[in-house]
Amino acid sequence: MTKTKRAVRRQALVAAFPYTVPIFAGFWFLGLAYGIYMNVSGFSFWYPMLMSLTVFGGSLEFVMVTMLLSPFTPIETLLLALMIQARHIFYGIAMLEKYKNLGWKRFYLYFSLCDETFSLNYTLDVPPGIDRGWFYFFISLLNHIYWFTGSTIGGLAGTLISFNTEGLDFVMTALFVVIFLEQWRKEKKHFTVLIGFIASISCLLLFGPETFLLPTMALILLLLTLFQKPIEKAGGLTADVSERTVNS
Amino acid sequence: MMTLTERIITIAICAFATMSTRFLPFLVFSEKRSTPKYITYLGKALPAAIFAMLIVYCLRNVNLFSGSNGIPEALAIIVTCALYFWKRQILIPIAGGTISYMLLVQFVF
Repeated sequence: MTKTKRAVRRQALVAAFPYTVPIFAGFWFLGLAYGIYMNVSGFSFWYPMLMSLTVFGGSLEFVMVTMLLSPFTPIETLLLALMIQARHIFYGIAMLEKYKNLGWKRFYLYFSLCDETFSLNYTLDVPPGIDRGWFYFFISLLNHIYWFTGSTIGGLAGTLISFNTEGLDFVMTALFVVIFLEQWRKEKKHFTVLIGFIASISCLLLFGPETFLLPTMALILLLLTLFQKPIEKAGGLTADVSERTVNS
Repeated sequence: MMTLTERIITIAICAFATMSTRFLPFLVFSEKRSTPKYITYLGKALPAAIFAMLIVYCLRNVNLFSGSNGIPEALAIIVTCALYFWKRQILIPIAGGTISYMLLVQFVF
């Protein structure tokens, strides 16, 4: 029996939604904060709305508030934006296999590959009977909508919103911790995790919280390249997508 | 002060920079050709290292030697991990960890 296209889409949406609930909490909190920040910096809600729709990257959007209030320096803007967003190249490399053969949807999937969407789409196993492409698509789309609506509402409401949300931003930390544990469980050996922690903690101590991401990424790349042979030999990698489906 | 056009160009540049970092791997390693072995290796080896990096990134402003010494963060992460290993699912540990962190910073520390 073949399901209609609509049924396939609806099932994928229903399957994807629960996983995006933590992102909803996190993005509404951060998005509201960002929208309010833009509002009190003197920008109309059109700015956070347009930026969340087109840039869709939280850390850069926060930096852009300062950029937009400074003199016009397009080349510096481009370089700074590329540096802040460089980690997305890693996400793309990791998603090459999973985003294969997904038709037109793949272009939106590439476009919307933020930290949180990458974490979910990389780690989650698509539930049985659910269309892979639509599942990834709805995870990406819902997250995009949460960020977009949150920042627009923040931009509209400005300082009208005040309730005690102190600590709510921890939802993103908790999300990454859980994603990390999911990944940890799927690996037989944990060399790459160790490399990630050693690189980021040592770079954080050396370069400080504002600029440690780029050196961390370079160091991770270097260590993974140097230790490619031993890591592969010891079986310290996640199983393939296909292998994983058979095992689960 | 920037003019409206300059602001729009600035936003467009940032959107372009973001999109280029997100599209680059897919453009370089097209679906039709097979991906080099080294890149396939990186695709598998990078995520775990990146998730570790993202956790450190979230906690980058925690100071162990002043304020609450990172205790609420440590406790909330322990709660998150404990709930994860107990329930083996995603939502409960995230909710539990976040709520305990909020309670800790609002009422205890």
